[in-house]
Amino acid sequence: MNLVIPEINWSAIGPELTLSITAMVLLLLSVVASPTARRAIPYLSLLGIAFALLLCISLWGKSAYAFNRMVVLDNYALFFKIIFLITTALTVLMSIRYLKEQGYEHGEYYVLILFAAVGMMFMASAADLIIVFLGLETFSLAIYVLAGFFRAQPKSIESSLKYFLLGAFSTGFLLYGIALIYGATGTTNLKGIYEFVSKAPALTDPLLLIGMGLLIVGFGFKVASVPFHMWTPDVYEGAPTSITAFMSVGPKAAGFAAFLRVFLYALSPLQTDWIWILWVLAVLTMTLGNVVAIAQKNIKRMLAYSSIAHAGYILVAMVAADELGTASVLYYMLAYAFMNLGAFGVIILFGRKGEENVNISDYSGMAAKYPLLAAVMAIFMFSLAGIPPTAGFVGKFYIFSAAVKAGYIGLAIIGVLNSALSVYFYLRITVMMYMRSPEKEFAKLEPSPAMVIALIIAVFGTLQIGITPSHYLNLAKQSILALM
Amino acid sequence: MFETFLFVLLAVVTTIAAILVIVQRNPVASAIYLIITLFCLAGIYLLLSAPFIAVIQVLVYAGAIMVLFLFVIMLLNLEKEKKLIYRNRLQKVLGVFLGGVLLAQIGMIFSSVLLEGSKGKFPAEKVAALGNTEVVARLLFTDFLLPFEIVSVLLLVAIVGAIVLAKKQI
Repeated sequence: MNLVIPEINWSAIGPELTLSITAMVLLLLSVVASPTARRAIPYLSLLGIAFALLLCISLWGKSAYAFNRMVVLDNYALFFKIIFLITTALTVLMSIRYLKEQGYEHGEYYVLILFAAVGMMFMASAADLIIVFLGLETFSLAIYVLAGFFRAQPKSIESSLKYFLLGAFSTGFLLYGIALIYGATGTTNLKGIYEFVSKAPALTDPLLLIGMGLLIVGFGFKVASVPFHMWTPDVYEGAPTSITAFMSVGPKAAGFAAFLRVFLYALSPLQTDWIWILWVLAVLTMTLGNVVAIAQKNIKRMLAYSSIAHAGYILVAMVAADELGTASVLYYMLAYAFMNLGAFGVIILFGRKGEENVNISDYSGMAAKYPLLAAVMAIFMFSLAGIPPTAGFVGKFYIFSAAVKAGYIGLAIIGVLNSALSVYFYLRITVMMYMRSPEKEFAKLEPSPAMVIALIIAVFGTLQIGITPSHYLNLAKQSILALM
Repeated sequence: MFETFLFVLLAVVTTIAAILVIVQRNPVASAIYLIITLFCLAGIYLLLSAPFIAVIQVLVYAGAIMVLFLFVIMLLNLEKEKKLIYRNRLQKVLGVFLGGVLLAQIGMIFSSVLLEGSKGKFPAEKVAALGNTEVVARLLFTDFLLPFEIVSVLLLVAIVGAIVLAKKQI
């Protein structure tokens, strides 16, 4: 029997490996170390993230397949990995004080966050549907648990259970889709699928088409697009706020990373078949997200619907599917990571145990007491609404101009109208903060240094990406060469 | 001919048992029907000439996991379920309707054309010649080495998660 061991290319999974090892070491540490030593766990996890980030930057520009074409190292994967690492780092920074206040200071929290990041990174670098599935399961499992991390709070447990049940169901759809595509093409490898589909005469195999439809359901659930969005508001509301921040960005980016690679690369010959499905999904997602967000009283629920709407904008860019469209997905995801995490950071800081301040009306008069915090929140709200000179504005500009260029003028108009609608509920918070008198006394805020650093990074990112957009768009354009 | 008969029999029993799993009120009865479903699935795997997966299915699922299931059900001593949520009736009707539409669509496509997927690297004849378990093992440690390792990370996450959620004091 001759065994051929496939070539092992460690550098291709370097960042994943770094984070996995960090997570395992920290897991041991959280069991054996003394309680004082355990306080170092969040900082050690930051060290691991920083190391992985450096590794990603040093690998930029290289491209290679590894492990028998299971994973691929290219700029596209690296771009998303950098987004995941930034997301993870900001989440860790924002969690330290929050967990202490809530009385859940456990090392396992950071371990699970790191493992979730590992899963997301595998999903971004997947060159095989099996890796897509395993990466998705790894980060989903970690996030199901993290959503229920505040075990004594019924809302947190409810959120975890809801996400778990619906998530498991949607994974079933994804897996069935993968199975049918395997049945039709005889391979799960994305390159193999691409070669098979581009050779086959158009539209012959119904198996492939059902498989494609089921994949859309699976990915649509993870990125929270309508009509697979039902879980989003409840889960976002109940989960610990730091985890809400994490899952409003991380899984969405991971979902889109795999969604784009599978549809724009492997299934690109079938573009005429899936593009109209995505067109409808984009319109529904944007419209429902923005319209329902207006009626929300709880700020976490409002941001949940806003995150649905943002998934809709990204779907618009996916429909455009040309160079600018695809690059603007990456650009928008990066901008979205900074502005959304920042907004949740302010919510974490402003709410505290016992007095959560989760209603939008709680923000009235905040600017008089905390001018700096209100200004920071206003920047994130402006960016989410898409007002220059923030990153959100440029992102939407790229997306809609890509849609117009690709000939989807109707879609671009619906998008712009939606964007105008969204200004109402984002600016309402700013109006509340600056133009209303406070409804109650505010307790004194004591931001931890880590939180301050996180907010500074988020503000800096939001403005920097918005003011010098061409640099980041160029990076995004370099990244998508692998898909074209 | 005999194979087709066996397949239809197994498929019918699997489907009926699977439906019974979700409509039973008694959790122990549900679990028993689940065991029947898993056994029948193992039979279908055998028909697909995948004896290794069939054996694993019986050993792991119908054996180990179901024993744990029954233990948990008995230890928890479940009370009679209470209805907490009064669901929107329209939602239920719509859900059933859409589910039916999806089923009909898939059924229509499967029945309208003779599906013939393309073959992978290891068609049934080759597997039979090499030995089923051997092929699985060989693939697992060569081509599918990375997924195999990711699964171990996945299981670690699951274990940590279970402890975090269930242990009295972390």
